[in-house]
Order: sequence, then C-alpha cells, then structure tokens
Amino acid sequence: MVIGLSHYLILAAILFTIGVFGIFLNRKNVIVILMSIELMLLAVNINFVTFSAYHGDLAGQIFTMFILTVAAAEAAIGLAILVVFFRNKGSIAVEDISSLKG
Amino acid sequence: MLVQAFAFYLFAGILVLSALMVITARNPVHSVLFLILGFFNSSGLFVLLGAEFIGMIMVIVYVGAVAVLFLFVVMMLDIDFANLRQGAMQYVPVGIIIGGILLFELVALYTSWHFAPDIAGNLDVPDSGFAEVTNTEALGLVLYTKYVAAFQLAGLILFVAMVGAIVLTHRVRPGVRRQKVSVQQARSPDDVLEIVKVAPKTGV
Repeated sequence: MVIGLSHYLILAAILFTIGVFGIFLNRKNVIVILMSIELMLLAVNINFVTFSAYHGDLAGQIFTMFILTVAAAEAAIGLAILVVFFRNKGSIAVEDISSLKG
Repeated sequence: MLVQAFAFYLFAGILVLSALMVITARNPVHSVLFLILGFFNSSGLFVLLGAEFIGMIMVIVYVGAVAVLFLFVVMMLDIDFANLRQGAMQYVPVGIIIGGILLFELVALYTSWHFAPDIAGNLDVPDSGFAEVTNTEALGLVLYTKYVAAFQLAGLILFVAMVGAIVLTHRVRPGVRRQKVSVQQARSPDDVLEIVKVAPKTGV
C-alpha cells in the first residue's frame, strides 16, 4: 500500500471541507469560526508541503512558512478585536457585531 | 512501506477526527485542545513527508503560540457558550450541501489530474531530498538568499500584527496610580517642599 500524492490531497480536501462546515455549524461563535479558519489554513499548508515533497521543489515549504506567519498574525489580530468587542458589548455573538453598522 | 502507510492512516485519521471534534465540541476549551491534537498529528504528517522543519515549526507556532492564545481568550472572556449554540442546527443543511459540493469537486479534481510531462524543468528551488543537506539547512540556504524580501515582509507583517494587537487591547484605566519617572525627575524641591521656621513652643 503506497501512500501517494492523492492520499495527502484528499486528506487536505477533507480538512478544508471540515473547516468550511465548521463556519456554518458555529455561525454565532466567533472563536470557533477563527479555529475553523485555522483548520482551512492547515489544509492549504498540507497541500503546499505535499506538492513540495512529491515535486522535489522546496518553494512550497517556504510558502508554508509565510502562511504560518499570516495565520499567526490573523489569530492575534482577530482575538484582539474579539477581546475589545467583548469589553464593549459583553458578548461575542456574531449577530451583535452587525450593530457596528450603526 | 507498510509502516509508512500505517503512520499516514494513523495521523490522518486522528487529524480528521480531531478536526471534527473542533467544530462540534460544546465547550470551546475542548475545541482548542482538539485543535492542538490536530496540529500535533499534522506535524507528524509533515515529518512523514520529509518536511521536518515545517513539522517542528508547526508545533512551535501553532501549538505553542496560536492555540495557547486561543486558550487564553476562551478562558479570559466570560461567555455564555450554551446561548451561542442556540439555533446552530438551522444552518447545518446548507453547510452539508455546500461542504458536500466542495468536497466532491476537490476529490474529483485531485483524483483525475497528473503532473505535466516537462514538470522537472520547472523547479523553482530543486530539493535534493536529504542527499546533500538536511531539510532545515536546505530551507535556510534559500530562505535568506532568494526569498529574503518575502522573509523581511513576513517579519513586517508580524510586527504590524503585534502593534495592532497591543493598540487594540491596551486601555488607559482611570484611577490607576502609575509611576511616571519623567514627572518624578522633573519635580523641583521648591514646588513640593516648604521650610517653615517654627518658633519654640508655638507649633505650626
């Protein structure tokens, strides 16, 4: 049983779908939505590293590191916004955030 | 080969299961813990693929920084999570339809494609695959030379994110007595000190 490129790609596809589905399932909870986004980024990382390994090209792994950077920055900023919002409204429900429209 | 297949299915299976638990767990603390489990297993997959540096960096950045940040925020905010789950099932059919279509399309694409015949001539950074240098050394050799601009830009992104997070969450609380060294140093004895000549037996 040889593990080929397709195995990893399908695993990444399943992970990405779980991430998308998580956004639908936890529509009200911003924290879990952010975690779903992390799952989707992880799926993209798996794709990058898989192609990098099977293609014999290191560029994919370099880009994985940049995705990691952006994911860390996004998590930090997203959670900071969440903390500020919770301080002002006392809740993190997504429908309350629409009141920012004025 | 059999060991490799076994390791792949072990890591992939736990990864998918923990990802499912992340989105279905009732308590977000459990979600974060399952996210950490998933990141550990994806790190195992990266090591299996020969990308050992990415695997280790995954554990350090995601488990050590991002997941702990999530854990901090989940535990710090006093949130009624039961309330947040109300009406969550309402969107499940739409989610299943869209997720099913997405998964079907991705799997159909991934099972039917193949590399272009002249792909070997299109390598950006050829990887010797541990023949000459280790994975970490090969990445370092190219990250600080060919991709140095992108590397600096990544550092800038992190810096902006750090400044942004501090600016957003920092608040000046009234009534807190903070030490202001400049004010302390600028005090002159004439402003704060009064020397009174007190005659004997009179008091001030």
